[in-house]
Amino acid sequence: MPEPTTTKSAAVPGRGGRINTGPGKLLVTLYGIFTVGAASRSLVQLTTRFDEAPLAYVLSAVAAVVYAFITLSLVRGGEGARKAALTCCGLELLGVLAVGTWTLVEPSAFPDATVWSDYGMGYLFIPVALPLTGLWWLRRGHREQTAPTPSSEQSDPTSSEQSEHRSQET
Amino acid sequence: MLTPLTVTLAVAALALAAWCGWAAYRDQPTKDWHFIGMAVVTLLALVQLVVGVVQLAQGRDPADGAVIFVSYLVGVLACVPVVGLVSLTERTKWGSLTVVAGAVVLAVLQVRLYDIWGGGTGA
Repeated sequence: MPEPTTTKSAAVPGRGGRINTGPGKLLVTLYGIFTVGAASRSLVQLTTRFDEAPLAYVLSAVAAVVYAFITLSLVRGGEGARKAALTCCGLELLGVLAVGTWTLVEPSAFPDATVWSDYGMGYLFIPVALPLTGLWWLRRGHREQTAPTPSSEQSDPTSSEQSEHRSQET
Repeated sequence: MLTPLTVTLAVAALALAAWCGWAAYRDQPTKDWHFIGMAVVTLLALVQLVVGVVQLAQGRDPADGAVIFVSYLVGVLACVPVVGLVSLTERTKWGSLTVVAGAVVLAVLQVRLYDIWGGGTGA
């Protein structure tokens, strides 16, 4: 019963690439949620009480920009967007690790928390998990696009199942 | 804030998450019944928004300020419709999982909303 519906979206690939379908759709949604969350949070903090913890609030704003960029790239799809998103996911991971370590080593610099404080503990560690998932998904997208028969893949009704198997092999 | 409503909404959102999680586990997209569930949760969120705004209008003040309070109420209301639309464009189990994510976020927002209003005071 689930088969006809699962294959339907596999046969309709996203514009210029498949990084925005299937698990990619979930990833886009999560990035979208974090974009809205980080952006509105930093907007309120920067406009109302910037002096309290300028470093923390600016870092939150940086996080929001990175999230927004990745969200847009994932929505657009295609090889260029995939590479851009891949770079940004790497930056994001570095940012989470750096800010997370920074907040633990020098808590006095952060009177208020950022999105990435303590490796995103306040957000259930999703800020760490998200870039790792993103990197995995985007690298996987690359392997699929370099696969020899992208056109036959679109018309192949079992392509989504095959691609899942392929990712599990690696 | 109306604490019973906050709790009801959080529980309803978690139930929706479990329901759609079950669909995703069985490799199914969201169905009509799921959308009815989403509509119920969205309706509750709408009621919460109205109740919240009415209480603000009556002069009660949230601990963290009215701007943050209202933006959270709007965020709560937007959550499920947005993921519902995404699940319409993604007719696989990943669409169902997206609804799970949105519903869990809504439940977390309820906890934050409770804090923003200032705990149980004014309930």
